Amino acid sequence: MNLGGWIIMLISVGSVTSLFCWCIYKVLLTPEQEGDIHRFEIETPDTEHK
Amino acid sequence: MTSSFPKETWNSRIGIILAVSGSAVGLGNFLRFPGLASKHGGGAFMLAYFISFLIIGLSICWAEWAMGRAGGQKGYNSSPGILGAITGRKNLKYLGVLGVLVPVMIYMYYVYIEAWCLGYAVNFMAGNLEFQSGDEASAFFGSFVGISDNGAAFGFGIKQVGFFLVAVFVLNFFLIYRGLSRGIELFCKYAMPALIILALVVLVRVMTLGTPDPGNPDLNVSNGLGYMWNPTKVLLEEQTVGGDWQKVREIVGERSLSNAVQEASTSPRMRVREISLPEQLTNFQLWLDAAGQIFFSLSIGFGVIINYASYLKRKDDVVLSGLAATSANEFCEVGLGGLMTVPAAFTFLGIAGATGSTLGLGFNALPMVFSSMPAGQLFGFLFFFLLFLAAVTSSLSMLQPGIAFLEESMEIGRHRSVAVLGFITAIGSGFVVYFSKDLKALDTIDFWVGTFLIFVLATVQIIIFGWVIGIKRGLEMANQGASFPVPKIYGFIMKFITPAFLLTIFALWTTQNVFGYNIITGQQEYSSYWKDLFIEPNGVARFSVLLIIIVASFIAFLATIANKFKFQNEGENKS
Repeated sequence: MNLGGWIIMLISVGSVTSLFCWCIYKVLLTPEQEGDIHRFEIETPDTEHK
Repeated sequence: MTSSFPKETWNSRIGIILAVSGSAVGLGNFLRFPGLASKHGGGAFMLAYFISFLIIGLSICWAEWAMGRAGGQKGYNSSPGILGAITGRKNLKYLGVLGVLVPVMIYMYYVYIEAWCLGYAVNFMAGNLEFQSGDEASAFFGSFVGISDNGAAFGFGIKQVGFFLVAVFVLNFFLIYRGLSRGIELFCKYAMPALIILALVVLVRVMTLGTPDPGNPDLNVSNGLGYMWNPTKVLLEEQTVGGDWQKVREIVGERSLSNAVQEASTSPRMRVREISLPEQLTNFQLWLDAAGQIFFSLSIGFGVIINYASYLKRKDDVVLSGLAATSANEFCEVGLGGLMTVPAAFTFLGIAGATGSTLGLGFNALPMVFSSMPAGQLFGFLFFFLLFLAAVTSSLSMLQPGIAFLEESMEIGRHRSVAVLGFITAIGSGFVVYFSKDLKALDTIDFWVGTFLIFVLATVQIIIFGWVIGIKRGLEMANQGASFPVPKIYGFIMKFITPAFLLTIFALWTTQNVFGYNIITGQQEYSSYWKDLFIEPNGVARFSVLLIIIVASFIAFLATIANKFKFQNEGENKS
């Protein structure tokens, strides 16, 4: 691989990896909106239709 | 029409992000993307790829997330319901039919490919895949999928696809039966990290391959990466009688270059030429392939994101979630897939082994590669198992839009809906698997639904978002609850640039791949897909299209008669 190949590979892989890590960081550290507390749905909608 | 919140919801924000990224990450990330990047030259392709990502990928992704969540708040989870409810135009539900048809039809053949991945993983583990030549690898693949004759795929030995098909079909419906959070979300929460870890393990193995054959020093990992990422291409060319220069072969590696220069010096009609990055960017096929890859890779236009987003709550952050799911897909594609498959294939098989179709690279070349490397049995198993996980997370997402639609249109619960969809897809998959000769049914449905209709659906969605809902209201919908807003420039991009770019790509693609018109040479020959239907009729191809029409008609019929889809146009009095 020549120098140009190295540069393109590092920029491409580095940019998508950085974006991915930043997004995960934001998702994990940004608190969810008030009133948006999720919970497990133990019952499926079938129960509702009975 | 109801305004109650959807009953089912995602359990966590990270859960839906993993589910959406799981939907997007599939075989294309590890097989199709590296094949295209190496074909066109890494630098030029990546430039076109990132431009397409910014113009098409993010725009349609954010539009789908925003429309889906808005539809969910109005009590709709299926594409016909969402488009009808949020636009206030009842006839738009018929365009929404595509959002159910596309994933359901794709599932019918995708589950077959998913079974190949599982079958190859198991056969690697059992030590059945130790190929000495390409012919052996091709023969195994042909026998495994039943390519020789219709009906040949229905075998249930370990070297036949039948058992694996039943197993993956049951797994998919078991997970979908458990529900959104306890089935899809729970599975993706484990499968996606596992997939990334497996990919990293295989990647380390590939990066440490060195030069496996000292007698052929050009075949090494560095040159494999160079073949994929170098911004320039070096070709040995020969002049024809007419004076044009034709490619003889591509050159990678010092010894190959030295041989080519020597060969060129023996004849004035031969030359070694370097194609620069700007010259590669003038190739329209490169732009078409880059845009197509972004398009198919991100699961946009599948009807999946709009459905998944409809289960969000009012103030969930769709801008960040959309970007996170998209970036996870890009990481898997560029950061993992881009370093793994093509360099490995090049290192053992040279350029000839690293080029070819997605399925050829995945199921012919790579099994040979793993057969040739130390501990190949283990790494072959890990690689195909990672493909299997990627395929399951995608196929699950193809079922949920159909489930939601049946629940709403037939007013039945999830379990009954799963049973009805299971029946429909079992018939469809049975059709695809039975007509396995030359994979005709699979190929035909993949072309007309998995490519053509996806273009149509994505175009419909972005036009509805930008022009029917209106870009101002659309961005307000997207920005609700967002930790950062959609950049303002995207208002202009989503309204004008994305539809124009998409329509241009779609027109060029149709001209070339349906009508067979070569824009560069001006020559025309209808594509095999067109010929199969209208010029040299092929029974299986025609039946495949008939199957698409029957399923589309069934969905449209349900959308017409369902009480829940009896929308009123804006301004009409409610009775």
